[in-house]
Amino acid sequence: MAILVDRSTRVLVAGMTGREGSFHTEQMIEYGTNVVAGVTPGKGGQALFGVPVFDTVEEAVAQTGATAALIFVPAPFAADSVLECEAAGIPFITLITEGLPILDSLRVVNRLKAGGRARLLGGNCAGIITPGQCKMGIMPGHIFAPGPIGMVSRSGTLTYEVVWELTRAGLGQSTCVGIGGDPLPGTRFREVLELFEADPETKAVVMIGEIGGSDEEEGAAYIRTMSKPVVAFISGRTAPPGKRMGHAGAIISGGTGTAQSKVDALLAAGAAVADKTHEIPVLVAQALASRGVGVG
Amino acid sequence: MKLHEYESKDVLAKVGVPVPAGEVTSDGDEARAIAERLGGKVVVKAQVLMGGRGKAGGVKLFDDAASAGAFARELIGKTLVSIQNPQGMVVEKVLVAEQIDIAEEYYLSVLVDRAAAKVVVMISAKGGMDIEEVAHDDPGAIVRLHVDPSWGLADFQIRKAVREARIPKPAQSQMVQMIKRLVEAFMDTDADLIEINPCAWTPEGRLVAADAKVSIDDNALYRHEGYRQNADDAAEDPIEAEAARRGIAYVRLDGDIGVIGNGAGLVMCSLDEIASAGGRPADFLDVGGGAQAERVKSCVELVLMDPNVKGLLINIFGGITRCDEVARGILAAFDELNVTIPVVARIEGTAAEEGRRLLEGSRLVPAETMQDAARKIVELAYA
Repeated sequence: MAILVDRSTRVLVAGMTGREGSFHTEQMIEYGTNVVAGVTPGKGGQALFGVPVFDTVEEAVAQTGATAALIFVPAPFAADSVLECEAAGIPFITLITEGLPILDSLRVVNRLKAGGRARLLGGNCAGIITPGQCKMGIMPGHIFAPGPIGMVSRSGTLTYEVVWELTRAGLGQSTCVGIGGDPLPGTRFREVLELFEADPETKAVVMIGEIGGSDEEEGAAYIRTMSKPVVAFISGRTAPPGKRMGHAGAIISGGTGTAQSKVDALLAAGAAVADKTHEIPVLVAQALASRGVGVG
Repeated sequence: MKLHEYESKDVLAKVGVPVPAGEVTSDGDEARAIAERLGGKVVVKAQVLMGGRGKAGGVKLFDDAASAGAFARELIGKTLVSIQNPQGMVVEKVLVAEQIDIAEEYYLSVLVDRAAAKVVVMISAKGGMDIEEVAHDDPGAIVRLHVDPSWGLADFQIRKAVREARIPKPAQSQMVQMIKRLVEAFMDTDADLIEINPCAWTPEGRLVAADAKVSIDDNALYRHEGYRQNADDAAEDPIEAEAARRGIAYVRLDGDIGVIGNGAGLVMCSLDEIASAGGRPADFLDVGGGAQAERVKSCVELVLMDPNVKGLLINIFGGITRCDEVARGILAAFDELNVTIPVVARIEGTAAEEGRRLLEGSRLVPAETMQDAARKIVELAYA
């Protein structure tokens, strides 16, 4: 089961022949991801790692039956690439690219929402992985293991940090979803929490948030209604207001988006909130045990 | 990227928003000439990007051109210090502008509402004060108007919002026009904030942008060549400016423990760990994905430019980033730079064992976990 991607997912990579695109395509193929097509305008007819390259997404979909797209194209062309994938009928689009202008994000996010045909994940995200089945992103595959924990996060490396600790504690993952560090993500915490709630293989959820915006608070409102336990962690508790901490979306502005506001909302919603990353596996194990769910 | 007041007013003037007549200069004699052309009754404003500019003595009203010029001459080259900016900023340019008689002060801004994923216009009849205070004390005094992403704003929507904000009737139609133009300017310049506070209503019945703040989305600077050239100089801190030139994500903070990590989330988390171990972080620095040794060295050099730094924490969880490359970068920094402060590193993930082996025997103190690293650096730095 898992959510959004599994071994049946047929992945198209936009920008596959670029430096980042080719490096990660090779890593994904090594992991076992079914990469069926690459797209780079002007490079149609070539092949890379045995994967055919097409000039357009439409052509690639018609020839290979791709069901998901992973985008590496540079920021000035990224919005166009998302729209091209949507127009070609791809229902799940992940945007790795960092640095999309906010008005581009705004237009793309609203367009996809209005169209109702495609889901966007990202931009500025690490992608998504269903361990042992499909890695569609830039994460190091070897730290993940299959299991019952759903994970959703705004940060890439912090996800690796926590997954590494979960895996070593014997807590494998159903799916790990990187929603990205941009201020207007295509998919938000709440939507991923809803998918995990409905997924029979997911028994508990780990949510990694950070300062900026009110996505965590919106997610917390849904956590109140969930049957599955949620363990959360928020980074940026010591970040000063008005400073952008690396991620375009990680900024406290006008008194909103503080770590404290998020921690308070999550605690009030019944989530367990870890103070330190190494407490997360302990809290997850406790949550599972208290509900009589055995692991491994 | 924040624009100076005079640049912000240019952005507004271009789309037809009334702004006070004025010119910018970096020369005292020219300031006097500008003041003469404006009839002598002027305001001279230091063009520095800092809060508390008025209280710091950077804004003054004059009745004659000679004293305006004398003040400008005195101001140019001077360092202004405020509570918000204790390090101070040097005044390079002054804006000499006509004085506006103000009968009433309103507030207008345009920004992105993240929760709604839409552009929003904020309108209030309570201008001339800190809008965050208004939002806190009298939230009903601020009206929010969302811009439809596909068809923009219809006039009737703006008219309704302006009435709801209790803008007095005589000012309403000019306010409606101003809002339309601000939204146009916001879209055209890829702004992430336009704020007019105060938006002045004059006794003669003119609505004027008496002060203006425009900030351009950093990610969109590539399509606005004119602003892009100023981007490095716009940094409020010299080390941040240097980081921008090197393409490194660096934010200077007010503590004394330097931090280098990979990935924004992990670095933020490292700062939190330092604070919880009793230390004060001096910076946020993300080396980025897949960093090579040369870049790591360059990052170490950047952090050490801050004279307050007493210790350095390096926290790497290698995914695409190879820990052996990071280790080579650290060793190169030790070889080529004069590193005298304690350095603690926690290195995990891809090629971590090789990285640790390379660092054995160096002056670096290894740590097992992020928490362990934070504890060690706080202990060593404050010893």
